[in-house]
Amino acid sequence: MGRSLKKGPYVDERLLEKVEKAEASGARGPIRTWSRACTIVPEFIGKNFEVHNGKVFTKVYITEDMVGHKLGEFSPTRTFRGHGGKSKGKR
Amino acid sequence: MPRILGVDIPNDKKIRISLRYLYGIGPFLADQLCERTGIDPDKRARDLSDDELAKLITLLDNEYTVEGQLQRVVQQNIARLRDINCYRGLRHRRGLPVRGQRTQTNARTRKGPRKTVAGKKGVKDMR
Repeated sequence: MGRSLKKGPYVDERLLEKVEKAEASGARGPIRTWSRACTIVPEFIGKNFEVHNGKVFTKVYITEDMVGHKLGEFSPTRTFRGHGGKSKGKR
Repeated sequence: MPRILGVDIPNDKKIRISLRYLYGIGPFLADQLCERTGIDPDKRARDLSDDELAKLITLLDNEYTVEGQLQRVVQQNIARLRDINCYRGLRHRRGLPVRGQRTQTNARTRKGPRKTVAGKKGVKDMR
């Protein structure tokens, strides 16, 4: 089920504020965020983010192609190390 | 038998049906095409006049994405997902279901034939 068009995309307001502040001050550092559900809007292009995945912050550099996706899509929450194999004990 | 767009040769079914043999044409578009070209949808494909065929082909060429072109668009969309490193792209790379389906069982379409693991039931005495 998609989101109602009336509401527009969900963008974390405080995050957007942060981005604008960084833009204005020309700060280069990454923007840390837990707001995985936030849609990527054109304002984010070219910014570095660090998106929390529940454990660590994943570095995400926003490119034009990513607009419309959510920040969380770029910060996987699961690690799959493969099944079985002889090397299992060594891992 | 009439040829539409390259190698596709829909047979002697009704045109409404045989158009669906083209990649990217389903029930809806088939009916829409008939309506827009003014062809009787129940006419057999082999009974189409050259004029009607030409009409269909030009319409398809100009306003619809079908066959190889459509396949390319789909591939590009998938390639884009892969490139931007997003979750869906990851699933495509891994050959796993993309839309959140379960994978403990089923998902055979994406995963392919079962790969049986020896001694899987007695997991305890492995390693």
